[in-house]
Amino acid sequence: MQVTMTVNDVEVTREIEGRLLLVHFLRDVLGLTGTHWGCDTSNCGTCVVWLDGEPVKSCTVLAAMAGGHEVRTVEGLARGGELDPVQQGFMQCHGLQCGFCTPGMMMTARALLDRNPDPTEAEIREAISGQICRCTGYATIVRSVRWAAVHEAAAAAQVTETTESDDAGEIANAGQPAGSLS
Amino acid sequence: MTTVHERPDTFHDNDQKPVGHGRMLRKEDPRFLRGRGRYVDDVQLPGMLHLAILRAPVAHARILGIDTSAAEASPGVKAVVTGAMLAEQNLAWMPTLSNDVQAVLATDKVRFQGQEVAFVVADDRYAARDALELIDVEYDVLDPVVDARRALEPGAPLIRDDLEGKTNNHCFDWETGDEAATEAVFGRADVVVSQDIVYPRVHPAPMETCGAVADFDAVEGKLRLWSTTQAPHAHRTLYAIVAGIPEHKIQVISPDIGGGFGNKVPIYPGYVCAIVATIVTGKPVKWMEDRSENLVSTGFARDYIMRGEIAATLDGRILAIRTNVLADHGAFNGTAAPVKYPAGFFGVFTGSYDIEAAYCRMTAVYTNKAPGGVAYACSFRITEAVYLVERIVDCLADELGMDPAELRLKNFIRPEQFPYTTKTGWVYDSGNYEPTMRLAMDMAGYDALRREQEEKRARGELMGIGIAFFTEAVGAGPRKDMDILGLGMADGCELRVHPTGKAVVRLSVQSQGQGHETTFAQIVAEEIGIPPADIDVVHGDTDNTPFGLGTYGSRSTPVSGAAAALVARKVRDKARIIASGMLEVSVADLEWEKGAFLVKGDPGKTVTIQEIALRAHGAGDLPEGIEGGLESQICYNPSNLTYPHGAYICVVDVDPGTAQVKVRRFIAVDDCGTRINPMIIEGQVHGGLTDGVGMALMEMIAFDEDGNCLGASLMDYLIPTALEVPDWETGFTVTPSPHHPIGAKGVGESATVGSPPAIVNAVVDALKPFGVRHADMPLTPSRVWDAMRGNARPPV
Ligand code: FES
Ligand code: FES
Repeated sequence: MQVTMTVNDVEVTREIEGRLLLVHFLRDVLGLTGTHWGCDTSNCGTCVVWLDGEPVKSCTVLAAMAGGHEVRTVEGLARGGELDPVQQGFMQCHGLQCGFCTPGMMMTARALLDRNPDPTEAEIREAISGQICRCTGYATIVRSVRWAAVHEAAAAAQVTETTESDDAGEIANAGQPAGSLS
Repeated sequence: MTTVHERPDTFHDNDQKPVGHGRMLRKEDPRFLRGRGRYVDDVQLPGMLHLAILRAPVAHARILGIDTSAAEASPGVKAVVTGAMLAEQNLAWMPTLSNDVQAVLATDKVRFQGQEVAFVVADDRYAARDALELIDVEYDVLDPVVDARRALEPGAPLIRDDLEGKTNNHCFDWETGDEAATEAVFGRADVVVSQDIVYPRVHPAPMETCGAVADFDAVEGKLRLWSTTQAPHAHRTLYAIVAGIPEHKIQVISPDIGGGFGNKVPIYPGYVCAIVATIVTGKPVKWMEDRSENLVSTGFARDYIMRGEIAATLDGRILAIRTNVLADHGAFNGTAAPVKYPAGFFGVFTGSYDIEAAYCRMTAVYTNKAPGGVAYACSFRITEAVYLVERIVDCLADELGMDPAELRLKNFIRPEQFPYTTKTGWVYDSGNYEPTMRLAMDMAGYDALRREQEEKRARGELMGIGIAFFTEAVGAGPRKDMDILGLGMADGCELRVHPTGKAVVRLSVQSQGQGHETTFAQIVAEEIGIPPADIDVVHGDTDNTPFGLGTYGSRSTPVSGAAAALVARKVRDKARIIASGMLEVSVADLEWEKGAFLVKGDPGKTVTIQEIALRAHGAGDLPEGIEGGLESQICYNPSNLTYPHGAYICVVDVDPGTAQVKVRRFIAVDDCGTRINPMIIEGQVHGGLTDGVGMALMEMIAFDEDGNCLGASLMDYLIPTALEVPDWETGFTVTPSPHHPIGAKGVGESATVGSPPAIVNAVVDALKPFGVRHADMPLTPSRVWDAMRGNARPPV
């Protein structure tokens, strides 16, 4: 069958088997190997991508079901060549080790911050609780997401101050975070 | 020398750029953050076929016949291969890392559920799996051996009838220490406590499963193998031996690895099947196991049934420790440990205590379960050893009515006793235990916690405080007594400084997330003053790196890290001679200040390492007898292991109504000697602590009486999520290793070793009002509930 969807802002059309999973479509057909898979049972969350802006486990979605919808993967997280604050946070706070769970974690984190720009530690833990990281012990992931939240807030404040300024993306200059997590 | 530091601030911008050791962001992160990591399943080659493996549905059965005709006719199928076909090429069996053999594909019998029986090669993964359904295997089901305790009973079904003359399920016996001396000390002790302790079977379950892409070029006669391996060089040598392909015609590439934890040390049948498949089909072949296959067939961990005994004086002086162990090795002895150490480094079960005598006797048996045994960050079985001693010490504290912290402090090996030879022959290189313990107690607020506990107990609330103190033995190992299948456990390192003063360092070890591209650049930077950003780290490709045994058992820093420091010093020595020529002074008149040589007493006269690199490669004279270029290589053979230590304190609350355990706080103070990158060390510790929560409270690979694996998916094998673990509190002390060139010790497994006993001790402490002295892992609500009702039972 034929399927057409938008992946990271680009429309793609491919001939596929009806049973093809979205995760395999992204990886094997489109070559977007940033999305990983780690189980057969929707438990690990390494395969999380966005379907119309909502995080979904792409091992549990048929590619055909994504037809006509918008998919975003880790390859589409940075915009305009600038790393998303979530990506920067993961680097700054050592939120990744082997990197296998990282794309899924970052997609969930970005979606969380879009809904809730100032999440508590408990809210972050709840948001990523459907995903497993075997390396980091989660604390640094939580800090990474907080880093992104704090720096986004600081950047937004700066934008408001210097009206007409276009430097919202300059996260690196965005002041020190307010305090510790606890 | 020990210095004590407070817990570092955990939330700050982290952009320091040290020239050498220190907190520094990871060089490998940018590609992972963009989804541009390159893992084995990301490798796509033109014309690549896919391989899927048919596995045994039962634990023990004779194979009467296999009909592959329907599978062969299935659309897209290129080949179907059985054990009988491999046997014709003498490839049906392969050696394990412990001098046993393991079936690549079963020929005569299947010996565990999930064992490899046949494989299909097809155009895509779906077609390959479709065809598996069409293979018809006729089995004659046999009684399985599931309970290790019954494996040696007369009349137990014989598992290894493939081994000539084998009449029972005995795998090996092993002992260490002095039996008679220990018996004598036990005989005169005031107090003897004994306890049965089970460390159940668990699984490392890295998020990336195991797999390979094999590509044989018949014209070149060259095999390229991308595989999930922690030890690419050792694997290459073994493939050369097993498959008969000359070693120089094999290139093993270990690209980015999605976590290993020891799961990716052994050679699995799937890798060999992929190699056979590419040779048979003439096409590149990919094999990636799914999660269930990973859990049921690849290297498990632990499975020790132990009895611990401890002898002491009435005032709490520990005199001796004795243990008897029954080790379940599964259907094949696939343990990945130095050959002369069939029980790994379990011999360090005397822990951190200065005692008079010790003895261990172990019997290992075959059962109808998956092979493996050394994995899951176990430090070659030190997980089991530390769990045993730290549990039994707590039992003794309970018997004596002594505080467990006080009992430990009283019995520690004292700083002036190092190097300390244990009663089982291990030479601990350095340690200063008391400050580490005191720092953990300070950070925890130990006395206040005990007061809080007392108040809560009075109100009927269940709060527990658990302590574990460990000494690890990492960095295998000295070639005089450590080898894997005859290969000495050394590591090579090669350093090349380019004309413009940038450099490349090539390693024989393989990161699975440890951040080698950063830390090894830092090790070299510290020695030659070239910034880490200017040093490229190459690893994971046998054609482009020197030989060495790989990354497991926390050996990268102790062995390969030493090699990197020493090779950099060799380069610096040569640079010094070239500098003496450039500055026209004698070598003795030069001083090294990170990155440059200065003329003593004339600080204006200086050359940088970059200027020296240019001169080394450029025109113009070099001092007599000095060749051009600025590079060197080394093979480092450690003189001893390194012995990191740590003090862990865990605080739990147990819900009296549901028996649910909540880890409220966890304080981990680690001493791994010189610290190369504190951020990365902290990350390693956090990961290991999370493993500890998993093992202590959730994880277990269980079997039913028929040998069916009950932990075959992540729905049944529970791994901690962000909700089950607290925000970790870490601290550190520094006791450098006296024999390591930079004083560093390994740390990758410390937390996995030290945290399970801390957590179990905390839960048992919480359950004290119920008279509980011991309860086995995993402490799930139902098992805790039973323990509260005086019904604690072993998990197997
Ligand atoms: S692959 Fe594990 S949840 Fe999708
Ligand atoms: S970083 Fe390895 S699984 Fe999360």
